Amino acid sequence: MEAEANSGSPEDSWAFIQKPGEGCRTVPLAGHVGFDSLPDQLVNKSVSQGFCFNILCVGETGLGKSTLMDTLFNTKFEGEPATHTQPGVQLRSNTYDLQEGNVGLKLTIVSTVGFGDQINKEDSYKPIVEFIDAQFEAYLQEELKILRVLHNYHDSRIHACLYFIAPTGHSLKSLDLVTMKKLDSKVNIIPIIAKSDAISKSELTKFKIKITSELVSNGVQIYQFPTDDESVAEINGTMNAHLPFAVIGSTEELKIGNKMMKARQYPWGTVQVENEAHCDFVKLREMLIRINMEDLREQTHSRHYELYRRCKLEEMGFKDTDPDSKPFSLQETYEAKRNEFLGELQKKEEEMRQMFVQRVKEKEAELKEAEKELHEKFDRLKKLHQDEKKKLEDKKKLLDDEVNAFKQRKTAAELLQSQGSQAGGAQTLKRDKEKKKTREEKSVSDGTCTTPGKHPVVPCALVVCAV
Amino acid sequence: MGKASQLPTLPAPLFATLNFLPHQRKWGETAGAATAIGAMDKEYVGFAALPNQLHRKSVKKGFDFTLMVAGESGLGKSTLINSLFLTNLYEDRQVPEARARLTQTLTIERRGVEIEEGGIKVKLTLVDTPGFGDSVDCSDCWLPVVRFIEEQFEQYLQDESGLNRKNIQDSRVHCCLYFISPFGRGLRPLDVAFLRAVHEKVNIIPVIGKADALMPKETQALKQKIREQLQEEEINIYQFPDCDSDEDEVFKRQDAEMKESIPFAVVGSCEVVRDGGTRPVRGRRYSWGTVEVENPHHCDFLNLRRMLVQTHLQDLKEVTHDLLYEGYRARCLQSLARPGARDRASRSKLSRQSATEIPLPMLPLADTEKLIREKDEELRRMQEMLEKMQAQMRQSQAQGEQSDAL
Repeated sequence: MEAEANSGSPEDSWAFIQKPGEGCRTVPLAGHVGFDSLPDQLVNKSVSQGFCFNILCVGETGLGKSTLMDTLFNTKFEGEPATHTQPGVQLRSNTYDLQEGNVGLKLTIVSTVGFGDQINKEDSYKPIVEFIDAQFEAYLQEELKILRVLHNYHDSRIHACLYFIAPTGHSLKSLDLVTMKKLDSKVNIIPIIAKSDAISKSELTKFKIKITSELVSNGVQIYQFPTDDESVAEINGTMNAHLPFAVIGSTEELKIGNKMMKARQYPWGTVQVENEAHCDFVKLREMLIRINMEDLREQTHSRHYELYRRCKLEEMGFKDTDPDSKPFSLQETYEAKRNEFLGELQKKEEEMRQMFVQRVKEKEAELKEAEKELHEKFDRLKKLHQDEKKKLEDKKKLLDDEVNAFKQRKTAAELLQSQGSQAGGAQTLKRDKEKKKTREEKSVSDGTCTTPGKHPVVPCALVVCAV
Repeated sequence: MGKASQLPTLPAPLFATLNFLPHQRKWGETAGAATAIGAMDKEYVGFAALPNQLHRKSVKKGFDFTLMVAGESGLGKSTLINSLFLTNLYEDRQVPEARARLTQTLTIERRGVEIEEGGIKVKLTLVDTPGFGDSVDCSDCWLPVVRFIEEQFEQYLQDESGLNRKNIQDSRVHCCLYFISPFGRGLRPLDVAFLRAVHEKVNIIPVIGKADALMPKETQALKQKIREQLQEEEINIYQFPDCDSDEDEVFKRQDAEMKESIPFAVVGSCEVVRDGGTRPVRGRRYSWGTVEVENPHHCDFLNLRRMLVQTHLQDLKEVTHDLLYEGYRARCLQSLARPGARDRASRSKLSRQSATEIPLPMLPLADTEKLIREKDEELRRMQEMLEKMQAQMRQSQAQGEQSDAL
């Protein structure tokens, strides 16, 4: 669509609009209608709604990301400086409501924490890419909803990425190259040289040339300030030549001359942040905030977000035209997808149920086996127990028999003894008793039941008597 | 013997030439005190000329020194070396592009240069480590450096144990200047890993490069942070020896200042800046002022140069030889003598005091050594017998004389 407006007296106002494929004739206006206030209406509405802007700061620890944000927006955002000991890269996001005049701005600043600190930095870019994709995804989800509130939606997509380059004076670091290559298709990259008060003027020009040539030769697309709008084309064009901007940040104010200025004081001189001869801070502020903020938002929406959306939807199976080159309606595709999805869900459910049943069966079988084993064990033990008992009883019986036998012998011996003492003299008593005792002991120990022999006793008694 | 307490005087013309050289400062002064005392003493023995002889011999032999510089690229290492030795060692340098540095390409480069000043020749060897810390994955990128240092020790060990020890080339690394980035907030994990790998093998002097990016209070804070981190991680950097108590106050103050400003925050420059009225100085010119490299208020360059070149060069060499090399040798030989045995030497903290406590192993004695020892014993015994006989003879002589006299 092309639109040309001729400025001149209201009577001569022409509106010449041509739609592709459709003839359209220009119509002269007879008087002042008043639709030239349309931009104002738009602006008023936007101002009342408030604006929203999201910046992502990517850079190594200690390069001055937080300080630069504080300097750019003339305020002190909270946050603790990070150390070098982070195990991985994380993103820290904070949202602020700023007010200038009657314009409200919802500013979100996202900063990397621990970038460039690890020894192995191969995965350092991943958290950043994931974060940016997550914001796009959130917006896409909102867009695809049936009941959506896009006009009130807090847009969290990253509009500008400030990439902080360390002022080595030689060239880009390998990590910078890898990361920027991954980010250039997802976000508007604005590379800046941080802490540039370490580089002298001549070194700076060489450094900038080296960086831009490296970016070009590696195919990294950085954000170019738009030169299609006449009113800002010239300034944007010159600024494009100054990329990457060499900036210095400072929140301390020093008295220089008779004004308080943001500056850094060295023993050999004082660097003024807002002095264009010292650094490119003013240029950055002009470009980023005062002139091109809206363009950055638009680029994010129309280029980067659309690219993401297309890739995502193609992944899900949506196409603009089906094999018969008839335009697909989104709804039909959506229905088809939904049915497919439901079918899959049911199948999965079935599978899970079957698996569950199987598992239960297996478990039951196992338990049954275990029970059987236990029973067997119980029987075995019982049998053992009974055997033991029987053995013990047998032994007891034997022992009892022996005790009885012994008792019998004892009583028999005593009987004999009393008989013997009546028959023989007192002298023989002891000897006989002893003899009997030994014989008894012998008989008991031999286990034989012998009746106390009379003949050994008798001859003794006879012999004694003879003496 | 009683007059030995009086310092003898040196012949005047010799003294004059010796007092001229800055690093002979201390010795020059005592010699000066000697001339002040008075005329030449009759009982002048002459061993006060020993320092003179040492000086002459060392001048003839020349000095050699190996300095290693390590650190990420872009921290001003080459510029600093050029400023330190006032030569242009890196004129043919090519800095590789970022794409070439994606994968690890660490190389060790050695540059030798002979410089001369006031008749003293120094053979300076610079070891550079381009590619250190540049790639995306820097795991184990310090291993080639460690291997290099150990190779030099190995070479020296072999030379020392060889048969012909006349001309041993000392290629051991005497000092390592490690550059820390001023843009961060202290030591990074890569710095810590490198320092831990080399701190018991080489004298480390930590240096903050490109210090003109830091305001004075930021410099102090960073130095403090680095000192704390070095202590926490138990990294042993080169310790400056304490001053002798008989040094003068100026020297002691300078020494104390120097010790306090470690790590040195330096700025290097190859350009000479000519500002209107002032004399030309080495410096970096900015739109807001000019940093002077040799101005002690601007950076610690002078301290570093004084320490490295003027006062502690010899001490660095001695520490390398007496402490670090001996430690390496002990570890090496212990592991040879008792393979598999744990070597205590490598785990003990190396300090100046404990240098004598490192246990040296008993080498497996070769047969020839045994023979030599036996022969030594025999010789000693024979000497003793000889002395006894001599004493006896003298006694008998004396007795004979006495009896004659009587």
